[in-house]
Amino acid sequence: MKNPHELIEKNVGLLTVLILFAIALGAMAQITPLMFQQQTMEPVKGLTPYTALQMEGRDIYIREGCVGCHSQMIRPFRAETERYGHYSVAGESVWERPFLWGSKRTGPDLARVGNRYSDEWHRVHLLNPRNVVPESNMPGYPWLAENILDGELIEKKLSLFRDFGVPYTDEDIAGAKAAVAGKTEMEALIAYLQSLGTHLK
Amino acid sequence: MTTFWTIWISVITLGSIAGSYYLLRWALSNKTGVKEGESMGHEYDGIIEINNQLPRWWTIMFYITIVWGLAYLALYPGLGAYKGLLGWQSSNQTILSLEESEAALKASIESGALIQYDREIKFANEKFDPIFAEYAKVDVETLATNPEHKEALKVGQRLFIQNCAQCHGSDARGQNGGFPNLTDNDWLYGGSGAKIVETLQRGRNAVMPAWIDAFGEEGIKEVVEYTLSLSGRQVNQALASKGKTRFMACAACHGMDGKGNQMMGAPNLTDNIWLYGGSKRAVTETLTYGRNGVMPAFNKTLGDDKIHVVASYIYSLSNK
Ligand code: HEC
Ligand code: HEC
Ligand code: HEC
Repeated sequence: MKNPHELIEKNVGLLTVLILFAIALGAMAQITPLMFQQQTMEPVKGLTPYTALQMEGRDIYIREGCVGCHSQMIRPFRAETERYGHYSVAGESVWERPFLWGSKRTGPDLARVGNRYSDEWHRVHLLNPRNVVPESNMPGYPWLAENILDGELIEKKLSLFRDFGVPYTDEDIAGAKAAVAGKTEMEALIAYLQSLGTHLK
Repeated sequence: MTTFWTIWISVITLGSIAGSYYLLRWALSNKTGVKEGESMGHEYDGIIEINNQLPRWWTIMFYITIVWGLAYLALYPGLGAYKGLLGWQSSNQTILSLEESEAALKASIESGALIQYDREIKFANEKFDPIFAEYAKVDVETLATNPEHKEALKVGQRLFIQNCAQCHGSDARGQNGGFPNLTDNDWLYGGSGAKIVETLQRGRNAVMPAWIDAFGEEGIKEVVEYTLSLSGRQVNQALASKGKTRFMACAACHGMDGKGNQMMGAPNLTDNIWLYGGSKRAVTETLTYGRNGVMPAFNKTLGDDKIHVVASYIYSLSNK
């Protein structure tokens, strides 16, 4: 018989299928079980859903690309917990979609930045970080203070997250638009930042 | 993890390893129909493909990876619920509250379990706790001024740079926008060791009300003139004297003489040191909209021992 390996070497379609199968084995062992694991589905005791304003703030965080420079994942090393606080645990992220753990730290980790600074500090810092941290290379976001939220989509956003299993009540959703309309994007973003990491009590 | 998933993971993982092993064995035997060392029948530009065995060093490396993988899976948690012979764990990932976390940390330190993070904390505590305990025995004033304790102040400075510099500046001289200078002996809440510790433990929330509704724009102008006159500035006397009567409303916090009140954190208005700037414009803004300076509480972030050391560093800055 001729070399049976030749069959794979000369048949790109078959090669592709077999490569995908090999990768799928890894994913099936590593990823699939996590989706059904208690630890990744059970919220920490103090977890509360984002308020409507925080939810808008989170979307602004995503839009402005903050995740490109800031992680939200404190790893279990003393060098990190001394600086940032208790390491992140799975139960804090169960309602995060998509999660914003990030993978790059040009700036500090923000997983527990909530309540560390005053709202006023965040406002000044976001307008122009060099006003409070002269050495900073973070960009300023002055337009956030000018853009006003209309809350057009917030009810839809909350009910979408409810479909994902976040326990929003009908009142939460009904009151969402009124809670955000007229607020600035700055207020929303700061509300979001101030909530980060405060649920592990 | 349930038994189902443990079996699922184990079958895929061990199956893949066994599969790799058989694939290697299979590839080692000659199935080409060409004798070893002879041409496979291709030649391009004078380069001939010869039927050679897989290199020996490479084959041995492959075997080693297989053995390594199996040994790793035996020692460490890799197969579902199986915890591994070492009982190694990176941290207590299943905790649902800080209380549970502390209990788990304590339990694992006592039992000597191989939880990586808890071990690291244990060694750090053994090393650093006695040092901080020594510092804690000395009061803030002595720690700050006695040259014997220079090291403590270095630790304090480190903690300051990490936790406080964002607001108070890396040289602790404060910055405009309500972040006070901590080096100048002009205190909002008091500069004794005990007061500084209290500031750090509890945080401070300043309340300076807005006056636009009470005074109107004209009224604000008058009080601004009077306020500026308190620190010896040239002002419009006519306006200032009208402002003086209005200043009654301020006396409850800033005192009749405007020298401030450390109980409320109301600043001294007579010393020409300004939190929010001393220009007419800045003071007008302060009076029109009010101010609410917030100094966050650090009791949770730093804990008693570290607060003691940072407080000493702060004290040392204005008591050389
Ligand atoms: C180019 C990278 C970059 C981007 C993009 C960026 N940051 Fe930063 N950020 C930094 C750096 C560097 C620092 C540290 C210096 C400082 O405090 O300004 C920082 C600091 C911070 C801090 C203070 C954290 C602490 O613990 O001291 C916050 C809060 C923050 N950024 C929020 C944001 C938000 C919100 C956005 C998006 C609107 C953002 N950053 C975008 C680089 C970035
Ligand atoms: C979010 C910004 C912020 C951070 C971080 C911060 N402070 Fe402050 N701090 C303030 C503000 C604002 C005030 C003034 C409060 C007021 O207006 O009454 C203040 C006041 C103080 C005072 C009282 C000063 C006085 O005159 O009585 C001390 C002492 C102090 N801070 C020390 C520290 C130390 C030490 C740290 C770090 C462990 C720290 N601060 C971190 C913002 C901050
Ligand atoms: C309830 C107490 C209270 C009253 C009443 C009050 N103040 Fe204040 N004032 C404060 C506090 C506290 C601060 C510090 C604010 C901060 O740190 O954010 C302050 C800050 C100020 C500042 C800013 C000082 C600086 O260094 O930048 C000025 C100016 C001032 N007050 C003037 C007045 C005048 C004038 C009145 C009367 C019309 C008045 N205040 C009434 C508590 C009070």
